[in-house]
Amino acid sequence: MMQHLPILQVLLPLLAAPFAAMLRGRDVAWGIAFITTGTAFLISIALFLEQRALGTTMVYELGNWAAPIGIVYVIDAASALVLPVISGVGFIATLAARQLVAAEIDPRDHSLFYAAWLLTIAGMLGQVTTGDAFNIFVFLEISSLSAYALVAMGSGRDRRALPAAFNYLILGTVGATFYVIGLGLLYMLTGTLNLADLAERLPQVEETRAVFTAMAFIALGLFLKMALFPLHFWLVPAYAHAPSAVTALMASTATKVSVYVLIRLIFGVFGVEFPGLADAVGLAILTLGIAGAFVGTLAAIVETDLKKLFAQSSIAQLGYMAIGIGAMSATGLAAAFLHLFNHALMKGALFLAIGMIAAQAGRATMGTIQGAGKQIPITMTAILFGGLALIGVPLTAGFISKVYLVRALLEQNFWLLAGLTFISSALALAYVWKIIEAAWLQPRPAGAPELSETASQYVPAWIMVFATLGFGIYATPLVEAAFAAAHVFIPSTMGAN
Amino acid sequence: MSALLDPILGQWNYYLVIVLMMIGFYAVIARGNMVKKIVGLNIFQTSVFMLYISMGKVANGTAPILTGDPNTVYSNPLPHVLILTAIVVGVSTTAVGYALIIRIQESFGSIEDDDIIAMLDDEEETS
Repeated sequence: MMQHLPILQVLLPLLAAPFAAMLRGRDVAWGIAFITTGTAFLISIALFLEQRALGTTMVYELGNWAAPIGIVYVIDAASALVLPVISGVGFIATLAARQLVAAEIDPRDHSLFYAAWLLTIAGMLGQVTTGDAFNIFVFLEISSLSAYALVAMGSGRDRRALPAAFNYLILGTVGATFYVIGLGLLYMLTGTLNLADLAERLPQVEETRAVFTAMAFIALGLFLKMALFPLHFWLVPAYAHAPSAVTALMASTATKVSVYVLIRLIFGVFGVEFPGLADAVGLAILTLGIAGAFVGTLAAIVETDLKKLFAQSSIAQLGYMAIGIGAMSATGLAAAFLHLFNHALMKGALFLAIGMIAAQAGRATMGTIQGAGKQIPITMTAILFGGLALIGVPLTAGFISKVYLVRALLEQNFWLLAGLTFISSALALAYVWKIIEAAWLQPRPAGAPELSETASQYVPAWIMVFATLGFGIYATPLVEAAFAAAHVFIPSTMGAN
Repeated sequence: MSALLDPILGQWNYYLVIVLMMIGFYAVIARGNMVKKIVGLNIFQTSVFMLYISMGKVANGTAPILTGDPNTVYSNPLPHVLILTAIVVGVSTTAVGYALIIRIQESFGSIEDDDIIAMLDDEEETS
């Protein structure tokens, strides 16, 4: 049983989805989703602990077909770190979804909602686990197709969800197709799709133009999927108009998985010393990352809709992850993994708390939360902590990842970039302060809708807040895991350069 | 003459794929009509299918069905299998896309990008 865990955590949500769709009771569907995501979470924690204890790469051969003929699932330090993020956020979001979905979605659609919900989680877990490049594409499409449907389900309250979902579909498909084109070129050159095998055979063809074209197509496709500036225009409408539970799930997981796949392909297949990689892809990622950090932060400052505000801030945070990747060093990669992990927690907390407000008031804007600090103090405090973590205030998890990011940049003598990273992080204070001012320093306007909070509404968000604070105060195990993940791709002997 | 033409004629399948790819991609980007966007997306994806299928062809190779003759040259079946999966993905994407278009037509009364953007801007101002 234990050795089948890598496939089980993908298979469970995949198999549970049709059951959730067929059993047309909304509590049953939610129960299935809750149990399945909970089990997947436990499995991914077990895998993480096992991998940490063994310290090696665990390979699961599907149907006992060895690589490169068969497809393998790979649990190494990197995938073991990302899996609990996805299934954990998925589990907490499912916990919160019961209320959010009841408030926002037509009861007849609930079972279909949870089916798509489970499929998107299964697709993301699959992308992280699989060791086959084409398999990544299939799981990418499983998670994306169900995500398009989930975003469109926001149309019951807000018809703008429909064009948002359509644009997301077009750009998402273009991104995935780019990835497949690049993969086709790599297959043509090497005759293999297994990631480890590809990495072994690519050096023989490293000076060909086809390999650079493949690298460009793969990187571009994944940039689109991870919403790296300037390919981020699908993200803000999709997050803003999707049902609140979907926003919380996607903001914390969907783009992160693409970041992970990018790391896996760029470092795991091409390798950091691949000729031209650091100059071309690395420089592009660094430049776009810092540009995204500023554009996202500045756009967030002028935004008044809270979902859009934090979606813009996601663009900025993805920019920081990109900077970590673009630094092309072990520390940079560890910082990217740390920020991937921490940002999932912060954004999960923020969007779950905002979702509870949006579910009651219809929309969550600066006007909605004006003076709300006294009416719903516990929810607003969760938003406050989430915002502080986004800035990178000490004692929050956001601080840890920013410290390692700046350290990675200083190691490479990127002084300007380190300064810009610091400035853009400080700018985030502007939009967080805007929320503090509206919620606590302004009176509740007369005639504003009555907001309330119960334990079942704020507990999911607070679980995430406690995790953010916990990993901020006691960060050592997480930092160690992140460096172990980084060393999968860049051996520690090369860590200093 | 042949030195000039050979690289082109010898790789004509790739040129065809690139032309098709660009036609599809142009339609996705330049067309405002959502149905036409989906059609463009299909052409774009089909060009990728052809890229894969044509790379699986082995000179003088036959269909990859065992003949029993050890001298038979087979085409590479793996790209075919991959593309079978990709076709399924493409069909699903098209289905979801058209389903969304129907819902957009129902609630906006138009499937033109420009009309919808104008309507959304109006809503943004009033809300």
